[in-house]
Amino acid sequence: MASARLKVPKKAKKGDIITVKSLIKHKMETGQRKGKDGKPIPRMIIKKVSATYNGVEVFSADWAPAVSANPFLSFKVRATESGTIELKWTDDNGKVVSQSAKITVQ
Amino acid sequence: MKMRQLLLALTFATTGTLAVTGLGLGLVIGQTTAAKAEGIRSGYSYATKETQGLQDDDMSNPGYLWVDTGEDLWSKAEGDAGKSCNDCHGDAAESMKKAGVSYPKYKDDIGKLQNIEQRINQCRTDNMKAKAWKWESSQLLGMTTYVRNQSRGLPVSVAVDGPAAPFFAKGEAFFNQRRGLLDMACKHCHEDNAGNKIRANVLSEGQINGFPVYRLKWGKVGSTHRRFRGCNKQVRAKPFKNGSDEYVNLELYVAWRGRGLGVETPAVRN
Repeated sequence: MASARLKVPKKAKKGDIITVKSLIKHKMETGQRKGKDGKPIPRMIIKKVSATYNGVEVFSADWAPAVSANPFLSFKVRATESGTIELKWTDDNGKVVSQSAKITVQ
Repeated sequence: MKMRQLLLALTFATTGTLAVTGLGLGLVIGQTTAAKAEGIRSGYSYATKETQGLQDDDMSNPGYLWVDTGEDLWSKAEGDAGKSCNDCHGDAAESMKKAGVSYPKYKDDIGKLQNIEQRINQCRTDNMKAKAWKWESSQLLGMTTYVRNQSRGLPVSVAVDGPAAPFFAKGEAFFNQRRGLLDMACKHCHEDNAGNKIRANVLSEGQINGFPVYRLKWGKVGSTHRRFRGCNKQVRAKPFKNGSDEYVNLELYVAWRGRGLGVETPAVRN
């Protein structure tokens, strides 16, 4: 089930700076809240996001509990060659969700 | 009532033909509808710039995660009949275009109103022979959001005449009925005080053209009935069940209040 969205311009000129936008469905439970039984709800957040451009890491971030639920992330990268941009989200359970998009550089 | 009969009789007497009378009445109704549509405001216009920004860009609108869920489910075969939505309805962009603006709708087979969620579940149990989805489950929310998203931008136009009339009247009565410990009706906030503040929040007109809506408070998409329940709880009234007749009737009345507003599903609200 598609639980992540990734948008990359389909075409770009070599050397252009492009914007990569992404969105992922995640509850991002902070670990600070208590449930109805009074016990704390265990933390469950996406702790790492990384982006690769043709296999080379171009962006990565360590996220903290203050990041919202269903987080949106956008960053800029220089278009160097045609290929794939892939984003990977890793959460506290070690579950990895990845999404990739193709870009053609002229 | 007597006045109206008298008026009808008068018109009938002067013009002499039934056809002209009908035309005259139609014109009057048309005019009032147009006048109302101009004055009403979508909840979007009450939202902060930041919230509006989230909704404006489809890529940053988290509601689209649910639209994607619905899109995946659309072509997924489920149940004993081995059918998916796509097998009967084909391309949702075509077949579901009008669904988002016309529900809740009167259905002959059940003898009452039905909203989109209930229509989807009826299709699942009757035609797909599959289990009905639970209210507020990610599947039902996803499918409802996906279906209503197809009507985005089209003006809401629900039928409130004919067999739907008695249910519409019940919905209107619900809207104007005081309830709960605070003894407040829907209209006290959303008609008399729309635009004013209730503590730190600005009250909107309570339009539902953006539902199912992504609420930042919920951190997810929620149905119209979840919102109704929330409102009822806030006036310390006992909320009705999701999908109850009371809420479906109310949904029709509230949709009619916002007739002419463009569908915004999935909208983003605070």
